[in-house]
Amino acid sequence: MAATAESVVKPDFKSQRKHFIFTDEHEQLRESIHNFAIKELAPHAEEWEQTTFPDSVFRRMGELGFLGLDKPEEYGGQGGDYYTALVLAEEITNGNSGGLAMGIAVHTDMAMPPILAFGSEEQKQEWVVPAIKGEKILCLGITEPDAGSDVKGIKTRAVKDGEDYVINGSKTYITNGHRADVIVLVTKTDTEAGYDGFTLFLVPMDAPGVIREKKLEKLGMHASDTALLAFQDVRVPASAVLGQVGKGFYHIMWELQGERLIGAAGMVAGAQKCFEKTLQYAHERKAFGREIGKFQVIRHKFAEMATKIESARQMTYITAWRFNNGEYPVREISMAKLHASRVLCEVADECIQIHGGAGYMREYGVERVWRDARLNRIGAGTDEIMLDVIGRSYGL
Amino acid sequence: MAPTPPFTEEHDELRASVRGFLDRELAPHAQEWEDARWFPNEVFSKLAGQGLLGLKYPTELGGQGGDYLHEAVLVEELARIGSGGTAAGIGAHTNIATPPIWKFGTEDQQQRYLVPAIKGEKIGALGITEPGAGSDVAALRTRATPVDGGWVVNGEKTYITNGVRAHFIVTAVKTTEEGGHHGISFLIVDRGDGVTSAKLEKLGWHASDTATIAFEDVFVPAENLLGAEHEGFKQIMANFQWERLAMALGAVGAMALAWERTAEFARERQAFGRPLSKHQAIRHKLADLATSAYTARCVTYDALRRFVAGEEPLREVTMAKLLTQRASFELMDACLQIHGGAGYMKELWVERAARDSRLGPIGGGSDEIMREILGRVLAL
Repeated sequence: MAATAESVVKPDFKSQRKHFIFTDEHEQLRESIHNFAIKELAPHAEEWEQTTFPDSVFRRMGELGFLGLDKPEEYGGQGGDYYTALVLAEEITNGNSGGLAMGIAVHTDMAMPPILAFGSEEQKQEWVVPAIKGEKILCLGITEPDAGSDVKGIKTRAVKDGEDYVINGSKTYITNGHRADVIVLVTKTDTEAGYDGFTLFLVPMDAPGVIREKKLEKLGMHASDTALLAFQDVRVPASAVLGQVGKGFYHIMWELQGERLIGAAGMVAGAQKCFEKTLQYAHERKAFGREIGKFQVIRHKFAEMATKIESARQMTYITAWRFNNGEYPVREISMAKLHASRVLCEVADECIQIHGGAGYMREYGVERVWRDARLNRIGAGTDEIMLDVIGRSYGL
Repeated sequence: MAPTPPFTEEHDELRASVRGFLDRELAPHAQEWEDARWFPNEVFSKLAGQGLLGLKYPTELGGQGGDYLHEAVLVEELARIGSGGTAAGIGAHTNIATPPIWKFGTEDQQQRYLVPAIKGEKIGALGITEPGAGSDVAALRTRATPVDGGWVVNGEKTYITNGVRAHFIVTAVKTTEEGGHHGISFLIVDRGDGVTSAKLEKLGWHASDTATIAFEDVFVPAENLLGAEHEGFKQIMANFQWERLAMALGAVGAMALAWERTAEFARERQAFGRPLSKHQAIRHKLADLATSAYTARCVTYDALRRFVAGEEPLREVTMAKLLTQRASFELMDACLQIHGGAGYMKELWVERAARDSRLGPIGGGSDEIMREILGRVLAL
């Protein structure tokens, strides 16, 4: 190993060099979210695993302006660019809670964008303005017990009745489903029209007939409340339609792309955080007379992990750069989501292995990352759906 | 889509013209050269005719006055030849043998070696590896003993690309008895008395004349010392970053080409009443491979961007080298699998690509060396 003797290769602690998509302003924002997450979120992470995180987190983040970073100023947002949403996704991981990060992301990146894009001025004032303040909480209802990525299988029906619509059906795996004030609900308004038969509704969660059936127990993401919801003869006025009748499918598909990429940024950051925590452990923990990180096998595991994380980061950033420039790179976004989620799961698993018995214990927090991470290969489109999207994008 | 940074429209134009040239002039001969275990030296003069041997070198020396980004375009496109051995021979000349002369050479040395090298009149090789010293460069044993007016060199180098054809070999030698980090120097050794080459048979890279070179009492004049005496170790290290980036770029180009060809095959080949690509297992396999190719490209371009910006990104370059070489080999193997029996036949390109790509995780510093470097970067 003389070629890489320590005289030649020195430790490089600048492993987080700024990428060209970020400016100094982004870095300042990064620092402030980082500090917030460390001070106000991380200390409660373990407690919130038991109780789910409190609604007050939304209000606090609203106060700090973190819920509307990339949203227009006229609705109380910060008017920042797309990258500010990436920064939030990355830094919120310092809260040490995948469930919390997911609850926030559903609010800001999944439920809010379609209201902003397709909502009436009245709807924006009613829901987006308080949502950015953290006073109202949003959720998104797509998945049903019998319909996931195959959106065509959605059975929840909205039937016109005079000036109103009457909604019946059920939705499941709904993040924020218990705490939300309103749901962006995907329904079928025309059973004959295929993809042109879907309509979005903004349904207040206190409307008669909206039933929060149960809180779902999960492998991970324990800080998040995940609901099975039922809609029984829920009557809403026509003004509750979000966007155009019959265009719901397109409205919802449009926004998923930007959200997937923000998600990928969060996954990369999560993997990096887990990596760093484990690196520190490898410096401290001794076995057979030396730090375990000084064993070649362990050292090479770190080299592999760092390389994987870097690859996912570069994919995410370059693809975000395209998206921010107005390109609509569905293929590359799907690749970034696929790759980042796999990398996160692999890194979390390797980190448990390096921790040994300690890794299996709740106390060290690595097993939680492992459990939380696993959802990313399923949620927002499974690995298999990503592969299908990528394959079809080449006409395969 | 807009060109991916650090490349611009200007590089895209260069890319198109390089690609056209390679597709027309070199690619049609790939199989012939593989069979001959040799590509002709005229390849160098043809490339020189297009200015492609001096993209990054100054115009005063006959180069194009471009930079590493222009060179990067060529390196990535060389994969289009479809012959790892040919690309390796060209790359050894432009990316590893001549850069030390450019960086450390005297005006006289540049006139004698770099100028004709850019014209394709003299072909260069880099001689570092020995039977007993690979990545452990400090262990090399080839000895240069001082004599009147220069040195006498004795020893043996191996796995030397262009080892038979090279007119000059930029050779790492011990200039002190102990050798090691402060006892190695670079000499430019002309082919002549006492220099004998023996071609090696290999798993792949068949068009390359990879050789063992023996030096027996070879006299090298004092004016052929490259850079400062005993400072060879640093000079060797200095070019590793570009060499590894070049390998990463080569893999990116090779993966893109292999993927396109395999996807085309999968669209056309029928099985069980439909194209292969309409079978989900194959479609997902191809999607996975496309993702892997995109990953390799993103990580390589980022390292390249930082390299060109002068950030000395040891960490990023090492990662790019590690990730791309294995990814390329895995992709080639998967492409071979998708081709089925046809993939195993020499008639098709893919078995060659699989063999050629296997060198990646070994050459230019093995995967294990890359991980070792990264471990040290992480202070482990």
